[in-house]
Amino acid sequence: MTDAAVKQVTFHVRRFEPGVDRAPHWESHAIPLTPGMTVLDGLWKLKELSAPSLAWRSSCRMGICGSCGMLINGRPRLACNTQISELGTDVVAVAPLPNFAIIKDLVPDLRPMFETHRELMPYLIRDDVAEQDDPTLEYWQSPHELEHYLQFSYCIKCGCCMAACPTVATDPQYAGPMPLGQAQRYNTDSRDGGFAERKEVLSGGSGPWRCHFAGECSQVCPKGVDPAKAIQLMKRELVSDLLRMRKRRDPAPVVQPPKGPRREEIPAAPPRTAGEA
Amino acid sequence: MASRAHPNRLGIKGWVAGGRWGFARYMYTLHRLTGLGLLAYFVMHIFVTSTRAIGPESWEQAMEIVSGPLFAFGEYLVFAAFVFHALNGIRLGAIELGFAVGVPIEPVYPYETSVGRTQRLAKAVLMIAFVVAVWGGLDFFIWK
Amino acid sequence: MRDRTLWTWHIGAGLVILVLLGLHMTIMHLNATLGLVGVGSDEPIAWENVAARAGSIFFTVTYVLLLGAALFHGFYGFRNILMELSPGRTLRTIINVGLSLVGVALFVFGTWAALAAPGAASMGG
Repeated sequence: MTDAAVKQVTFHVRRFEPGVDRAPHWESHAIPLTPGMTVLDGLWKLKELSAPSLAWRSSCRMGICGSCGMLINGRPRLACNTQISELGTDVVAVAPLPNFAIIKDLVPDLRPMFETHRELMPYLIRDDVAEQDDPTLEYWQSPHELEHYLQFSYCIKCGCCMAACPTVATDPQYAGPMPLGQAQRYNTDSRDGGFAERKEVLSGGSGPWRCHFAGECSQVCPKGVDPAKAIQLMKRELVSDLLRMRKRRDPAPVVQPPKGPRREEIPAAPPRTAGEA
Repeated sequence: MASRAHPNRLGIKGWVAGGRWGFARYMYTLHRLTGLGLLAYFVMHIFVTSTRAIGPESWEQAMEIVSGPLFAFGEYLVFAAFVFHALNGIRLGAIELGFAVGVPIEPVYPYETSVGRTQRLAKAVLMIAFVVAVWGGLDFFIWK
Repeated sequence: MRDRTLWTWHIGAGLVILVLLGLHMTIMHLNATLGLVGVGSDEPIAWENVAARAGSIFFTVTYVLLLGAALFHGFYGFRNILMELSPGRTLRTIINVGLSLVGVALFVFGTWAALAAPGAASMGG
């Protein structure tokens, strides 16, 4: 970058070296702030200038991959999505996401979250396994049905919601906002028929009953997924199912693509990459 | 392989550290505290009022014990806690049964969340609770 | 019982409490306010008024209903808080059994008190 430094900012970084440090400790460094610098850019600058062994996770630097969730000035955020200037202070405190064990420096151990995510079956569950493995036609879904879950499907699994949740702070058995939000995403997908299976897990003590709408997950979500909304809607579904008031719906059928004259400017589908040709 | 990772769960601190975060967290904390207070009072209340089963004398005796100004103030606190817990309970019922949080929307920046959506509900709860608590205070201490 | 069922009862009990405890609070504590509109009594906790309520079927039934609903609602809420402290397996069982026993004991005791009061509208007198 050729941009001249605007001013100096101080980075407080929480560091932990496994096998060497007994507990994490804070370290302070000053770096020159250039226009448009994100917290992630700042960390790179810091690594370049004064802390070569500093470790963190990041990849896309554009809020897509969900690697760089960190506790920035007391709030879980994506480092790449946070301008230093938007913090409104010359002091940036960066710590690893709380509620996850620290592997090294700013690297949290997200595995427990992904294990729970998997336990809640975040995929389409249907009887027609053959069709799923080797699709011949399409599952029918209207744009309106898509809207029922589209918001929740924007989740990038960065773990910010888990770091902000007061229940996750004490209860490792609680599934947490991310896995619950994703379970709801598949429960409301019109192509899915797995509600009965997921219900078995969700009705227990790790399910949405541990949520009391402190609302933190939705406040910190960098993608606007609103996990709190998903969890409350999930409770509604589960309770109305218990009271036998839930509308039964069968998973969307397999349909032929619409017939009729085809507009000429639409390009043909690319060749298949999976299954038999 | 034993994990050399350092545990970093916030623990109870994570329940109350509302600090720079949203109002819904304060409502959550207050709901919890008033709930615990009300439960403690309720258990005591069962024992105090059950003296009526023995007869008028023991009832009057029990009422004598709980009639001081300290108890009157404590009772008023219980009343205020009940008012908040009840009104916030209505709010939570509407939210947790999925009536007040709205339907899924397209997340377009700046994001609108269910927390922001229900903020007016929370403000209404706090305002009505305040009015009723003040009214109750007049009733408890002034008009009596 | 699973948490979904318990939680649903928790909400239902909350609704019952909302109505009955609202009534209870108004009669017992907002008596000056009730006096403004000319109902209620000046001394709701004076013995003759207590005895009069104990003699009424309506008050006896609502007392027992309120007792049960409030105990369940309160103890389930308390259990929620304890469970979120992540107790071990044995401690979980102790909490579940302990809270259930205390709750049932308090319910039996309170029901006895409501029915045994002099002049109470109980089945046995």
